[in-house]
Amino acid sequence: MSTTSDRLDGIPAAEVADVELYHPRSWITKYVFSQDAKIIGIQYALTATAIGLVALALSWLMRLQLGFPGVFDFITPAEYYQFITMHGMIMVVYLLTALFLGGFGNYLIPLMIGARDMVFPYVNMLSYWIYLVAVLVLAASFFAPGGPTGAGWTLYPPQAILSGTPGGQDWGILLMLLSLMLFIIGFTMGGLNYVVTVLQARARGMTLMRMPLTVWGIFTATVMALLAFPALFVSCVMMMLDRLLGTSFFMPALVEMGQRLNHDGGSPLLFQHLFWFFGHPEVYIVALPAFGIVSDLISTHARRNIFGYRQMVWAIVIIGALSFVVWAHHMYVSGMNPYFGFFFATTTLVIAVPTAIKVYNWLLTLWRGDIHLTVPMLFALAFIVTFVNGGLTGLFLGNVVVDVPLSDTMFVVAHFHMVMGVAPIFVIFGAIYHWYPKITGRMLNEAMGRIHFWVSFLGAYLIFFPMHYIGLLGVPRRYHEIGETAFVPASAHTLNAFISVMALIVGAAQILFLFNLAWSIRRGRPAGGNPWNATSLEWQTPETPPPHGNWGRDLPVVYRWAYDYSVPGAARDFIPQNQPPARAAE
Amino acid sequence: MEGIAQTQAAERPGGMEGFVADWSSDQRVFKNVSWGKAMMWIFLLSDTFVFGCFLLAYMTVRMSTTVAWPNPSEVFALEIFGTHMPLILIAIMTFVLITSSGTMAMAVNFGYRRDRRRTALMLVVTAIFGALFVGMQAFEWTKLIHEGVRPWGNPWGAEQFGSAFFMITGFHGTHVTIGVIFLLIVARKVWRGDYDTGRPGFFTSRGGRYEIVEITGLYWHFVDLVWVFIFALFYLW
Repeated sequence: MSTTSDRLDGIPAAEVADVELYHPRSWITKYVFSQDAKIIGIQYALTATAIGLVALALSWLMRLQLGFPGVFDFITPAEYYQFITMHGMIMVVYLLTALFLGGFGNYLIPLMIGARDMVFPYVNMLSYWIYLVAVLVLAASFFAPGGPTGAGWTLYPPQAILSGTPGGQDWGILLMLLSLMLFIIGFTMGGLNYVVTVLQARARGMTLMRMPLTVWGIFTATVMALLAFPALFVSCVMMMLDRLLGTSFFMPALVEMGQRLNHDGGSPLLFQHLFWFFGHPEVYIVALPAFGIVSDLISTHARRNIFGYRQMVWAIVIIGALSFVVWAHHMYVSGMNPYFGFFFATTTLVIAVPTAIKVYNWLLTLWRGDIHLTVPMLFALAFIVTFVNGGLTGLFLGNVVVDVPLSDTMFVVAHFHMVMGVAPIFVIFGAIYHWYPKITGRMLNEAMGRIHFWVSFLGAYLIFFPMHYIGLLGVPRRYHEIGETAFVPASAHTLNAFISVMALIVGAAQILFLFNLAWSIRRGRPAGGNPWNATSLEWQTPETPPPHGNWGRDLPVVYRWAYDYSVPGAARDFIPQNQPPARAAE
Repeated sequence: MEGIAQTQAAERPGGMEGFVADWSSDQRVFKNVSWGKAMMWIFLLSDTFVFGCFLLAYMTVRMSTTVAWPNPSEVFALEIFGTHMPLILIAIMTFVLITSSGTMAMAVNFGYRRDRRRTALMLVVTAIFGALFVGMQAFEWTKLIHEGVRPWGNPWGAEQFGSAFFMITGFHGTHVTIGVIFLLIVARKVWRGDYDTGRPGFFTSRGGRYEIVEITGLYWHFVDLVWVFIFALFYLW
């Protein structure tokens, strides 16, 4: 237990006794059924990456079909639908959400706020194992009779559970719904941990307004997820009942193949509302951790304090709150009262204000900074550019009159891949290059990192810029084959082939990244405790990689915010958060 | 540890000033709130959204269906000694559940007085009321199923009546059942004196405290409160 009465330099005394740690006794409890948030974070990250590779392979198959229709005739229309569905769902939920919150959240929150571990390590462990079961159930649907569901990642009923949709009357949709429910249960266990840890288990001196923005982003996203996932959970329950028991929550009276189905009076729109009440916050559940992490990357690698820290915090909170009242902008073509369309278009455009504040603050942080073009910094800069690009097309789609003609075209696909596919993935890459030295004690290979960056960055633009254009031409999304139509010029087909080739090349660059991860564990340059000269607490641990309990005998005491870079008069160009004021000039 | 928390509490300003002081302080936002209690409150907030979605979905399908909605007062009526009594079973169930909230509050009180036997007794009484509630719910389900109500249809009108009824009461009943199991586990631990001796848990290898009684109580009161909304929105409407 730390001392209770000392008030060092105005820092209040400890309010809570130091925690009693659960010490693993065997290899199994240390590395497999581990209760250490750092190990759990790595487990989450590896599992998410593994299932993400499946989704990457699926995108290759889709692109082969789209780029060269008729050549790969083993890809049937049904399989194409299954590929897009699984690709979308895996990427959004099982990769991005799990990696940002389960992976980075678990690893970084306790270290960044100066705690020894999450507040409920046992529940945290269960969270990972339930997530793993959810992933396995999802993966099992590839081998189930009828294959995985092909309902599209939005799983809209009634088609999702009709026989015309792959997996609709087979196992596919059931396994998908079951897997999502498990994911939500597992996530809730972890999410409660992250929220309570941030609110109730910070180090002495670590006020909320001294936390690194990474923690703010992950924290706000977790709160949102705890409030948004219930809607998905409920819609999963109801669709499962519709499918298994023949209830009619979402199913109106239907005639299928001349047969009147045993459903009557349900509301497909109800599902869309519930789904998007989850689905839109989900976009920001992925984006907010990315915002937070990228702020820290830019500040550290530009050797400059983040510009407008308080604005950045409030922007995160306001974006989180606003994202709960914009959901029906996904449903302009579903039919709704025009006044609702006006309301949701307005809220959608309003959300651009705090987002723009963030972008300006990132730029002002870079302004006259001592910019080090390290690999994490390259990815952070790429994020800003990509996010602005994707965000601007979001303003197009947020307006009802522009959205209606663009709805269900490749323009929408290009928009959300830029804004919530490529942009957050760049942050994940940047974050891995940034924190890998802390996790393993070795640097990732710089040359491989730069090749990975340039191929991914340029490749992403070569894929998605042309896609906006063919979307504007009117090429619809989710079509197995466009065929010969009057409004699609032949050049669109050429562009499609070009996009597919680029997609294969960018995908191959990710293999290089994975190789780098494996190679550098043993052969990377030793990193030392703080290779980037960063200020936040995770770089100040006594040992690298941090051991169980993170801090050795004494918990850290925090004297300043996380952004004391290039302070005039200081001896070095950074002052760690745990350095007392009297010693700052040393 | 408690001594430290109390000195902190004494220095805190009240009202809005105190709110700001707490949120801008280090270490903890909610002073004097333990990790376990904070987690239960946040979980209940999340669970509120689950039940909120269920009830909103029920109200939506009730409005969207084109067939007449069965009259709940008639459906949930019982003949007792030749008298036709609308909603009588639901009234008794509600009474039982609200009573169990009272005994739960007594258990929490005895727990803070470290009155091991009475705490355990009140927890068991609460669990019995809870089990009684679930039992009556099973009786209600049986009766309705005998009368031909199914999730996919019923003799009186909109089929969503049965779907929403079985789904919502089933989900709530599951919550009550989980609560009963937890109450019995906690009662056993209290009775055995685990919270006095700090005996480590079977799964978690960590010792518990009397506060767990209160945390279980938070969950139990929440489940009761949800029932009030189900009662008002499904049975009375």
